[in-house]
Amino acid sequence: MFHTILFYFFATVLIGAALGVIFARNPVHAVMFLVLAFFQSAVLWLLAEAEFLALVLVLVYVGAVMVLFLFVVMMLDINVERTTGGYARYLPLGLIVAGLMIVELVQIIWLRGSGETLTGGFAATPEGYSNTKALGAILYTEHVYAFEIAAVILLLAIIAAITLTMRKRPGLKQQDISAQVAVRAKDRVRIVKMASEKPEDEQ
Amino acid sequence: MIGLEHYLTISAILFCLAIAGIFINRRNLILLLMCIELMLLAVNFNFIAFSRHLGDETGQVFVFFILTVAAAEAAIGLAILVVLFRNRRSINVQELDTMKG
Repeated sequence: MFHTILFYFFATVLIGAALGVIFARNPVHAVMFLVLAFFQSAVLWLLAEAEFLALVLVLVYVGAVMVLFLFVVMMLDINVERTTGGYARYLPLGLIVAGLMIVELVQIIWLRGSGETLTGGFAATPEGYSNTKALGAILYTEHVYAFEIAAVILLLAIIAAITLTMRKRPGLKQQDISAQVAVRAKDRVRIVKMASEKPEDEQ
Repeated sequence: MIGLEHYLTISAILFCLAIAGIFINRRNLILLLMCIELMLLAVNFNFIAFSRHLGDETGQVFVFFILTVAAAEAAIGLAILVVLFRNRRSINVQELDTMKG
């Protein structure tokens, strides 16, 4: 019973935070609502006994990705008035589409579930079960290639983000180390052979 | 008792709210990226609910990979956004008409 009350409470706050994300005028407020939504989701995942992913969601998503979002939002001096114009124009269309989809999806989920014995809650985990241990055992054996590909994707993201945002200013004085290392003595010093001049008065 | 349907319902509502957000905020590129993050969160809810329902941890491994790819996507997307803002002084989607699409 307490579990059910907790679920409904956090689910309500989650939906409220999602509404805040899509209706907030100020992008900073929208990011903050998204952080709240991630926290509520982490709690809901904890209630579903997916502890490892709940903590990863808080650490990676709230700690890294959302801070990156916040950083970009605050760094770019966005004109809030200009980007939120046309707000009322698309509002009815968006709400109609979303409302239709919600009604359809919820109907499918509950009609499908009512005929069968789905509404019994999740099966209890066995005694001494560790979610992290089970995930690690499956991740490093069956899915080890996917794990390595994920590592390559992260490396790719690092390289792409750095190359995209690195900029070269034309007038800046800076060291070019490869040019310094590759230089030869003959590029720098030019030895000119020329006949020595004789003084005029000897002749 | 809270079971599969409750989590699927939450996920469906979250996904549809994200779609509504993409319709409503179709001018601000950074809010579009945030709505995509919400959609990915809804998908992760589905994976976790079914993983617990079927008693199979593979679904949670998938969530792990989705989180990885979403982090990479956010990093590259925000880098593109920063370059775009540096060049155009605007992140309004409707002013990005260089390709005449």
